[in-house]
Amino acid sequence: MACIEARGLRKAFGSTIALDGIDLSVEEGRVLGLIGPNGAGKTTALNAILGLTRYQGELRVLGRDPWTERDRLMREVCFIADVAVLPRWMRVWQALDYVAGVHPRFDRAKAEGFLAKTTIKRGSKVRELSKGMVTQLHLALVMGIDANLLVLDEPTLGLDILYRKQFYDSLLNDYYDRTRTIVVTTHQVEEIQPVLTDVMFIDRGRIVLACSMEEFEARYLEVMVRPEHLAAARALGPIHERQLFGRTILLFDNVERPKLADLGEVRTPSLADLFVAVMGQAAGAEQGAAR
Amino acid sequence: MTPRPMYWSIRRELWENRSVYVAPLAVAAVFLFGFALSTIMLPHHLRAAALDPAKQERMLVMPFSAAPGLIILTSFIVGAFYCLEALYGERRDRSILFWKSLPVSDLTTVLSKASIPLVVLPSIAIAVSLATQLVMLFLSTVVLSASGVGAAALWSRLPLFTMTLIMFYGVAVHVLWHAPLYAWLLLISGWARRTPLLWVVLPPMALGVFERITFHTSLVASLVSYRVIGAMRVAFVASEGHDIRRLAQLDPLRFLISPGLWIGLIAAAAFLAAAARLRRDREPI
Repeated sequence: MACIEARGLRKAFGSTIALDGIDLSVEEGRVLGLIGPNGAGKTTALNAILGLTRYQGELRVLGRDPWTERDRLMREVCFIADVAVLPRWMRVWQALDYVAGVHPRFDRAKAEGFLAKTTIKRGSKVRELSKGMVTQLHLALVMGIDANLLVLDEPTLGLDILYRKQFYDSLLNDYYDRTRTIVVTTHQVEEIQPVLTDVMFIDRGRIVLACSMEEFEARYLEVMVRPEHLAAARALGPIHERQLFGRTILLFDNVERPKLADLGEVRTPSLADLFVAVMGQAAGAEQGAAR
Repeated sequence: MTPRPMYWSIRRELWENRSVYVAPLAVAAVFLFGFALSTIMLPHHLRAAALDPAKQERMLVMPFSAAPGLIILTSFIVGAFYCLEALYGERRDRSILFWKSLPVSDLTTVLSKASIPLVVLPSIAIAVSLATQLVMLFLSTVVLSASGVGAAALWSRLPLFTMTLIMFYGVAVHVLWHAPLYAWLLLISGWARRTPLLWVVLPPMALGVFERITFHTSLVASLVSYRVIGAMRVAFVASEGHDIRRLAQLDPLRFLISPGLWIGLIAAAAFLAAAARLRRDREPI
């Protein structure tokens, strides 16, 4: 069974279209990165999946309709919005007591075990903790919940690099077990690339690109072209071209590796580079259409 | 462990809003302090009024009705301000996203918040009032016995059972009568994007002024005052006087058959249902 299944998902705020008919299918056990510029509709899509916003179209999450069954769904879904949502007046032990009291699938010992590895004191209020510690606390709560789907919306926003690294390490080592599904949005594309099994680029409410990381690695290649081969390389139809230290780097979609190997140094591009290329292309196509 | 969302939601309201029990306790403490000071002079005043038993009785009994009166009034005020903040604060500080990430329905959340002014605060007010009266009883007994006046002067005049019964009755009728007010405050608190207090106060005020100028009537004003203080008129017999010694002033039958009570309760249920519905749509502000 697909964990998330959407057909023609639409959401408009007045005349602004946040989601423009998205089709989406996320299988169990995948780690999907949802990547897009600000205002692309990432958070709206997540909010629809979590039952936080009304939508048009069809959407099933773990077989349920999130809008009408949010409280039921939340027994199997975990959600970290960003570091600012834990109530500031709450004490650490109160957060543990409360989640243990309302959540049927919360393993308190597990959460406490994770907390023990941090410097967070049980009597501290959330307002007294640093941003990084609040994220650790939230992650500890989530670690204790035996969920099928974990949704992360910019979970490391505003954190320094140590905490960000720790966050994704804990997520992969202690949480992810290949049966759980994770959907994550972030601006720090480089940091989540090694974590992902699937990637989706979203722009202006539409899906611009959706593929697994295996497909991504097979499809996209980046060549640092030797100057004398530049014309030949361009003839193969790169989707993007950029300069780095005086060398030209071309990005190809679906061009066989042996053909490129003669032109220069071939490697798999980073998601960030592909993102820039694909978004540039989308913007170009739009301008072309307008003309 | 079986999840108990309602129980834990109420617990968490008490964690967040300590004024729910601190305010009644503080009022009781201040009252007791004043009472203790005045009790020192009580034997002297009783002797001075030796020829006027009615005055003596007032002197002895009055503080015992003033204490619960003040404590209960405090709890009503705390309840009103609590409701105004309850569904507004969680959106302002974005914590609504955390609460909504847990398997607790919007209805459970709204009902747990409504139970604070409807169940928790009244219970606390009654408990604190009873405790305060006990301390007062103890203080007066000690002072009167020590001074030679004798504690019998107090114990023979204080209608302990009647007094307590009237207090329970008074709290119960007011809570039922005020239920739509609290529910309305909760609804506004879940709806307003800013300053829920102004949204509660200004529209009825504007309507009232408009009505006064245009039609020379005061329907809005009388409706508001009927809902705020009307329970006294409906549930008590005015001619008997509001005295904690007279059971005859209670009129539970008239209260139970008054349309004002039932219309109010239906409105309260509708407001709470609307507030729960509204919370589903609400995002942080």
